[in-house]
Amino acid sequence: MTPALEARGLRREFGHVRALDGADFDIDPGEVVALIGDNGAGKSTLVKALSGSLAVDSGELYSDGERVTIDSPAAARALGIETVYQDLALAPHLDPVQNMYLGREVMRSGLLGRLGFMDHAEMKEKTQRAFADLGATVRDFTAPVGSMSGGQRQQIAVARAAAWASRVIFLDEPTAALGVVQTRNVLDLIKRVRDRGIAVVLISHSMPHVIEVADRIQVLRLGRRVATYDAKETSMEELVGAMTGAINQEAA
Amino acid sequence: MITATQPEQDAAAEERPKSALQRLVSAQAFQILGVLLVLIVLFSIAEPDAFLSVNNFRNVVVNVSILAIIGVGMTFIIITGGIDLSVGSVLVFSGVVAAKVMTALGGQGVGVSIVGALVACGSGTLWGLFNGVVVARLKVPPLIVTLGTLGMALGAAQILTGGIDLRGAPTVLTDTIGFGRLFGQIPYLSLIALVVVVVGAVILHRTRFGRYTYAVGSNGEAARRVGVRADRHLVLVYTLAGFCAGLAGILNLAFFSSTTIAGQSNTALNVIAGVVIGGTSLFGGIGTIAGTVIGLFIPAVLQNGFVIMGVQPFWQQVVVGAFLIAAVYVDQVRRAAATRGASTRRSLSSRFSRPSGARRKEAQ
Repeated sequence: MTPALEARGLRREFGHVRALDGADFDIDPGEVVALIGDNGAGKSTLVKALSGSLAVDSGELYSDGERVTIDSPAAARALGIETVYQDLALAPHLDPVQNMYLGREVMRSGLLGRLGFMDHAEMKEKTQRAFADLGATVRDFTAPVGSMSGGQRQQIAVARAAAWASRVIFLDEPTAALGVVQTRNVLDLIKRVRDRGIAVVLISHSMPHVIEVADRIQVLRLGRRVATYDAKETSMEELVGAMTGAINQEAA
Repeated sequence: MITATQPEQDAAAEERPKSALQRLVSAQAFQILGVLLVLIVLFSIAEPDAFLSVNNFRNVVVNVSILAIIGVGMTFIIITGGIDLSVGSVLVFSGVVAAKVMTALGGQGVGVSIVGALVACGSGTLWGLFNGVVVARLKVPPLIVTLGTLGMALGAAQILTGGIDLRGAPTVLTDTIGFGRLFGQIPYLSLIALVVVVVGAVILHRTRFGRYTYAVGSNGEAARRVGVRADRHLVLVYTLAGFCAGLAGILNLAFFSSTTIAGQSNTALNVIAGVVIGGTSLFGGIGTIAGTVIGLFIPAVLQNGFVIMGVQPFWQQVVVGAFLIAAVYVDQVRRAAATRGASTRRSLSSRFSRPSGARRKEAQ
């Protein structure tokens, strides 16, 4: 299968710090790949580079086998790549529908639309359908998202990314601040997104979650990919070993 | 691995959707409308003849009209989390420039008046544009930027006039917009204000421009990440507020037949007080035009009622000040409750009776 997104030899230095030191990455359509690594291993830098928030010094990116450059979030969006940031990036005073369509409002047809009037009914209906498809447990579509639970907000953020992404979604620590039930909902949501053929990249420190939800696990260490595991055939010990440098699968 | 039943459990723990009525009742604008109605009833009982008359209500409405026009622009700005202290000075400057131009053109006709109105709106727009560019592009805090333009616009107006008020308003302007009434009943001044208020409310609540105003004030970074041009939007919002102040400038000139250079030092603060009393949050993201209009009526009704009752009108400032503090306190409590994820369905009174927890300042 052609990877939905592939990176080869990404390098990025911040002063004397090599955040990415020839990092590789690949993910197939309809696959959940977990990206793990100790603090400072380069996970966040890699995600930023792949989602257009950060320029790399060198390296190549391929989307569906074609060479691409992702030099801005807009470029990433144009390729069907969406990112759910750790701090959610929802507007707390807007309701789920308004957040869902923020920056992508559906305008009324004709003159009214040109005057800036929006098609509320259309946006609300599509949002409700998108949430229902994903089984998101958001019931109140007119309350500000700031009044909702962390889990619901995370679901809205994931559902928004899923609605607009056609290729890849990056999720940066999506369950970090969530309780048990809320985490379960978000993990289920991730599986449903994957089942629609979208590639999901999951960054997480939680090994049990990673092993449960991911198909493959790629381990970053000191700015490079040091190992890739099939999630069904690996163990916590093996992953920790790779993260700490005890195991180096890809060492040349 | 239990997956099937969990979402339902989660949902049961969450709040049920609120009905439209519950939402309306819990809105600060609605609660403040109740306060306004109570005030009107109290004054009506106290002074049924003098207070409860068409003439008196018309007076109150006229007094609010010019402030309401400025209030529309101010509401947009405060929803973005900003502030504009310069509106009073911009009003004066616009009036001065318009008066100068109209005097230079000469005559008392309609054409001259229209030119004057355009000049006033244009000069206000330019001041707003300047505020917006400095706030959004140069990242100077709006409090400082508009404190600066407050001085600059007032100083420029005084330089242009030597500090002496101009009285160069054409009679056609003062007779129609200043004192004229449609069908002999409805002041044109208030009609213009009504149009501005309605247009402002439609833009804020129905259009994408309004949506972005809330989004930028709620979480500017989130808006940027989804492709909203937040900086450009801020520039436009400040420009809009400048336009409103300019329009208020020509109306003020028509109403007073004077540029009122020394008379506008409290205008910005009065408008801000009205906007905030009306439920618009100084922290951004929350607010309505209707609330602003109601919030502006409360000081006006108080002043009017006190004058009629023979209470020293200075009391109005004391009471309005207390209202302002109470309004911001309620806003704080509300935001703290919302951040905790607590039920926003709780009534206002129960929020006040809550102990220390409710007073915790919110984090964002």
